[in-house]
Amino acid sequence: MTPLAGCLLVSSLLFAVGLAGALTRRNTILVLVGIELMLNAANLNFVAFWRFGPHSQGGPESMTDSMTGMIFVLFAIAVAAAEAAVGLALILAVYRHAKTTDLSQLIGRRP
Amino acid sequence: MSTPFLILAAVTLAGAWAAMTLRGLVHCALALAVAFAGIGALYLNLGAQFLGLAQLLVYVGAIAVLIVFVILLTRGGDVDSPRLSPASWPAAGVAVATAVFAVLGWAVFHSNAILAPLAPAPQPNIRQLGVALMDGYVLPLEVIGLMLTAALIGAVVVAMKEKP
Amino acid sequence: MLWIVRSLWLIPTLPLLAAGLGALLKQGQRRLAATIAIASISISFVLAVAALVQMVLHPQRLFFNFAWMQFGSEWVKLGWMLDPLAAVMLVMVTFVGLLIFVYSVAYMHHDENFTRFFCFLSLFAGAMLGLLIANSLLLLFMCWEVVGLTSYLLIGFWYQRPAAAAAAKKAFITTRIGDLGLLLGMVWLYGQTGTLLFYDNGAGCMEQQSLWLLATHSIGFGMAASTGIALLIFCGAVGKSGQLPLHVWLPDAMEGPTPVSALIHAATMVAAGVYLVARVYPLMSVTQSPGATSPALQVVAWVGALTAIFAALVAVAQDDIKRILAYSTVSQLGYMMIGLGVGGVAVGVFHLVAHAFFKALLFLGAGSVIHGCMGEQDIREMGGLRKWMPVTFATYAVGTLALCGFPLFFSGFWSKDAILHAAYGWNVSRVPFYLGAIGALLTAFYMTRQVCYVFFGKRRRGAVPDPVVPAETSLSDPHDAAHESPAAMTVPLGLLALFAVLLGFIGTPAWPWLQAFLDMSHANAGLAQLGQEGLPQLMLASSLLVFAGLGLGWWMYGRQPIHRAADADALERLQPALFQALRKGLYIDQLYALTILQTAWWIALVTDWLERWVWSGIPTAVSALTKGLGWMDFSLDRWVVNKGFDEGCTGVAGSGRLLARLQDGRIQYYLRFVGAAVAALALFLLLGHRG
Repeated sequence: MTPLAGCLLVSSLLFAVGLAGALTRRNTILVLVGIELMLNAANLNFVAFWRFGPHSQGGPESMTDSMTGMIFVLFAIAVAAAEAAVGLALILAVYRHAKTTDLSQLIGRRP
Repeated sequence: MSTPFLILAAVTLAGAWAAMTLRGLVHCALALAVAFAGIGALYLNLGAQFLGLAQLLVYVGAIAVLIVFVILLTRGGDVDSPRLSPASWPAAGVAVATAVFAVLGWAVFHSNAILAPLAPAPQPNIRQLGVALMDGYVLPLEVIGLMLTAALIGAVVVAMKEKP
Repeated sequence: MLWIVRSLWLIPTLPLLAAGLGALLKQGQRRLAATIAIASISISFVLAVAALVQMVLHPQRLFFNFAWMQFGSEWVKLGWMLDPLAAVMLVMVTFVGLLIFVYSVAYMHHDENFTRFFCFLSLFAGAMLGLLIANSLLLLFMCWEVVGLTSYLLIGFWYQRPAAAAAAKKAFITTRIGDLGLLLGMVWLYGQTGTLLFYDNGAGCMEQQSLWLLATHSIGFGMAASTGIALLIFCGAVGKSGQLPLHVWLPDAMEGPTPVSALIHAATMVAAGVYLVARVYPLMSVTQSPGATSPALQVVAWVGALTAIFAALVAVAQDDIKRILAYSTVSQLGYMMIGLGVGGVAVGVFHLVAHAFFKALLFLGAGSVIHGCMGEQDIREMGGLRKWMPVTFATYAVGTLALCGFPLFFSGFWSKDAILHAAYGWNVSRVPFYLGAIGALLTAFYMTRQVCYVFFGKRRRGAVPDPVVPAETSLSDPHDAAHESPAAMTVPLGLLALFAVLLGFIGTPAWPWLQAFLDMSHANAGLAQLGQEGLPQLMLASSLLVFAGLGLGWWMYGRQPIHRAADADALERLQPALFQALRKGLYIDQLYALTILQTAWWIALVTDWLERWVWSGIPTAVSALTKGLGWMDFSLDRWVVNKGFDEGCTGVAGSGRLLARLQDGRIQYYLRFVGAAVAALALFLLLGHRG
């Protein structure tokens, strides 16, 4: 097993764990947690491919090209942060209204 | 597969597992922080120094803490509620996740990328990263800035206490 | 074409119009109804007299034919004719009819259906007159049927009485049986000769060519077509004139009002049968060998003879004043048939005309008696009426003597003698003569019995009023005891009595005017003719018979009249069993009830069963099938279509509800599907890429 394969496996497993949690947990915050894990797994994938994947050699774009993976992950982390902030703010707002974060009581509930 | 990689991977996975299965919410949040830290360490292991530290700063320092704050703010009477979802058949969710993992694993093992020769490791430094950000990726950078501003304002507005 | 022949159709049409107008009148318009009826028949009488005068001056046969209806390539022709026979009959019918119409005005005065009565009377008069002038057997038949209809309507005039309704039905059905024979004969005649006109310039069915054709055409059993047709036509006469097997309706027909009995069942309608035989006499009498008597005429004579004696016997034992006269009519009609059979048209018609007058007189007199006794018709309840109803008694006596054939002065003597004379000389057999002679004796006997019961003896019923004050004119309080009838009733009686006497003199052998007139030959007048061979002996013999009958009747009934109504009849004391049998009409009605009526009843039952179960079974089965199909269709609709539809809708609603669960906001469900789909897609892509 190459290191790339190992990293990919790890990221897949991480993704699966996050998906399982997002699909099965009752608390809304934990669903968000699962989503964050999935995002992180994807980021790990990117980094793995950046590290072990093929790169073009030479040329003035080479420097930028060799950064692509990292840059992407950077932006992904920024977006994930923004999304987590907004999502948690929403959970707070819903909590204020419904006094609960339990999905079973929130689904199909008339506002 | 070096030993540090294996240890870090195990820690990350253990943290993720704990985050998804523990009963208490705060325990889940703390386990999540551990998972994030593990991933940051993996980034460092893979040679992306800036990224690893950025991950630690942002995820562990901000997002995990934020999650803990929200957990503490939304404590109601559901501390002891059953942890599994209202959707019936939780096994189905696990099954789906398992199926996804199976497919991905199968893809990994049967793809060409596995067999490709190893390329030499890139040597990034901070200087190059900064130049790349300001040069080639300046537009995404600005957009990210706008988006973060919007998200900030939005989160504040949404979470604001409504006037009585 | 003489104007009278051209206008001959007016004679029946005017009374028909009067009937039509009368049908439109209300019950209260009595005066108008009577006026219209009497006016119409008076005008017809005047025209009839004009026709008779024409015939007397120029005896000939005139006719007027016209084409009536076309079917196929043939035309059915009708027509009317005027000849001495028709003229005599027309005058007789219109005159007697006029007198009876006037009589009815008083007789039916208390009846509330006065207008209806006159309407029917006019209808009868119109139809009867049409029958008399018909030149076509078809037209005669049509009028014949209308006459039968009016007879039914008038017998059953008081239809609320069950006896009257039953009698009307019996009359109609019995004559119908005879009419069936007439119809068959008519159809056969038309088939053989191609025409139903009597006289048509040589082409008519009573003329030489047709007669020869019919006489020579043999149909087996040694019978010629002419005999067969003649016998069938005679069937109609048997029914209408009450000859022996079909006589049962006439006595029951006395349920009708007395004017009806007088007009229809004495003078005119029953004479229609005799008239029919006279009309088709050429057909009846034609034979292949000249000089021989045709079989048809023999049958006519025998039937007449048997009827005459039978009815006379039964009349002896009757107690109802009108029934005696009814049986007497049957008997006299038998005499007319004997006359036609043995002696020819003139002999029979002479008696017909004479009989019309004195029988109408007798009936009207009986009506007067009934009216005076407030509706009592049983002679045992009457008695001694000659003190209270002198005019009626006088005219009744004249009529009785005329019927009995009292010698020399009464018409019945001359007409009956003509018949007996011809029967004596009949070359086939002398039995009809003997039967006729015995019948004459019996006629005198029963008429005397009746007169003794009614007019002589003590009054047996009701209070005995003062005989010094006769109420001859006023129709006063009906609660009075027996009283004389008003002028409207007594005047016609007087006129008829006059003619009952005078009419005899037109046919005496001394001057056989009527016979010659009818034969369109010349009559020689001369008393010497009274001395013809055998005639004086015959006149003496018949006179003796009449006196014997009168004397016997007086001896049994006049000398010792019964004192109470419940007393037994003198004859009954002598021969109770025979008397009872005669009273019941020799049980012929009962015989018919057992055989024919029973058969008809069984046929009706069988037909009803067939109708109910077989013929109705088919539509019932079809309807049941249709109902079943309908029910099936309904069930199908309800349980399959509707239910299917309902189930479909429920299914759609159910599946909609199911599908709605996809959109109910349970994100974790969605995510599972998304995850599964991603896995599947990835697998698909990978597999495809590898392949």
